[in-house]
Amino acid sequence: MRLINLKPSRATAIALGALPFAIAVGAYATGSAIRRADNPADKLLPSLQAIGEAMYRMAAVADNRTGDYLLWTDTAASLERLGLGIAIAAALAFVLAALIGILPTARALFSPFVSAFSLIPPITILPILFIVLGLGEAAKVGLVVVGTAPLMTRALAQGVLDIPQEEIVKAQTLGASTWQIATRIVFPRMGPLLLVAIRLGLVPAWIFLISAEAIAATDGLGYRIFLVRRYLAMDVILPYVVWITVLAFAIDRALAFLSRRMFPWAHLSGDRL
Amino acid sequence: MRFLDARKISVTYGDAPILERVNLGVDEGSFVTIVGASGCGKSTFLRLLLGQETPTSGEISIDGAVIAPEPDPGRGVVFQKYSVFPHLTVHQNLMLPFEFDGSRFLARLFGRRRREAADMAERMMDKIGLAHASERYPAQLSGGMQQRLAIGQALLKRPRILLLDEPFGALDPGTRKDMQAMLLDLWTETGMTVFMVTHDIQEAFDLGTRLIVFDKIRHDPQFPAAYGATITYDLPLKTREGWTTDENTVAAIAALNNKDTTHDA
Repeated sequence: MRLINLKPSRATAIALGALPFAIAVGAYATGSAIRRADNPADKLLPSLQAIGEAMYRMAAVADNRTGDYLLWTDTAASLERLGLGIAIAAALAFVLAALIGILPTARALFSPFVSAFSLIPPITILPILFIVLGLGEAAKVGLVVVGTAPLMTRALAQGVLDIPQEEIVKAQTLGASTWQIATRIVFPRMGPLLLVAIRLGLVPAWIFLISAEAIAATDGLGYRIFLVRRYLAMDVILPYVVWITVLAFAIDRALAFLSRRMFPWAHLSGDRL
Repeated sequence: MRFLDARKISVTYGDAPILERVNLGVDEGSFVTIVGASGCGKSTFLRLLLGQETPTSGEISIDGAVIAPEPDPGRGVVFQKYSVFPHLTVHQNLMLPFEFDGSRFLARLFGRRRREAADMAERMMDKIGLAHASERYPAQLSGGMQQRLAIGQALLKRPRILLLDEPFGALDPGTRKDMQAMLLDLWTETGMTVFMVTHDIQEAFDLGTRLIVFDKIRHDPQFPAAYGATITYDLPLKTREGWTTDENTVAAIAALNNKDTTHDA
């Protein structure tokens, strides 16, 4: 049988999917064991047990100085910034994309500006944000907004433009005004597109969040990683990276699930990632 | 004066002429079928009637008034695809015209007016045979059911003119026959004027009271886009009494049957 026709069973597919993870963990454990055989105090590749102990310390033992459980306070602080930034960016993107997608006049007005703005490397805005907004929460949330809103706006506006012109014409022959076309045809169609845009925006959002926290913060997942870097505390950094990845994955899956629940009509044909 | 009057219409996209010197007068209640090769401007002509495009020169009037340069409820339309709203169920699709009408800001009806609209939507659902599929989304309907929904939705506003752009082009032959019968019933019942673009010359003969053929009169083999198309045949097919016996028409139909006007169909 040709390889392209060889489809794994469900059990095989799960096993195959797990294999690269197992290899990565195994390779790490081996490398760690080799280095620690050389030097029992090696800090670069701590043992899995040491990592587990460090995680337990971060998650379940109150910090000496503040009395906080650091993993959870860090997670809460980061998710709050991320959520706020994404929410603002999504609201901005929705309004701009609706205007750009629906009104040719607004398209002429905003489209070139959004395209140009989206090419500014957001991290270069960070010093400006720190100067203008101070070192507090606003600057970090602001960076997430600046880093994601243009991308989300463009993705969403393209989605609105992809609504077949036939539907817009048909709505007019049924007597719809511009506002009615917006509220009954375009806005509902933007729902699932917005969730896709948010999932798209979350990738740079995490980058900018961690960057901002690394530079100026007193808590947060990015702050912690860059803080303990000074002590080469790989036993904290590695599980934090894994934890951030797990969070990102869970949020992405949750949004995909939400889309299928809220907008069943958008998932009737074709496969979507 | 004719019900619909198109005078000296021409359409040019950039340098390329699409339609040249099109003149057409149509009586109310006609069923006009339009055929022609791909790219000969028949769909463009339909978009002009719809108001989706405006002619480069010339004008179209209905009842003596020049048509607005944008679509309106006086002219219903059904396209080959994308004629219904995929995010609304069959029932919601059929409620939509009443909701546009009755609620300027929210486009949603409540209470008694909602029930009245729902009654009318349900009557239309029975008429187009979709009562059993009321809560389904268009993606869950077959191609024929989707087009039945599209036609039913277009008729809710009781347009005086119905424009059809290859509405049955994507349907299998059996379904197409059923749809043609349904369309003729609705046309007889409403007395509206129908313009239907089709690739299928048999369909054009069977349905139309009048057949119009778009073609290019002049050809430049070195530069096929040099000239636009115009109406080359305009044949009255039927009267109230039945098929026409006009000699010229009969001869022209014979000629058309021999010469395949739909080169790619």
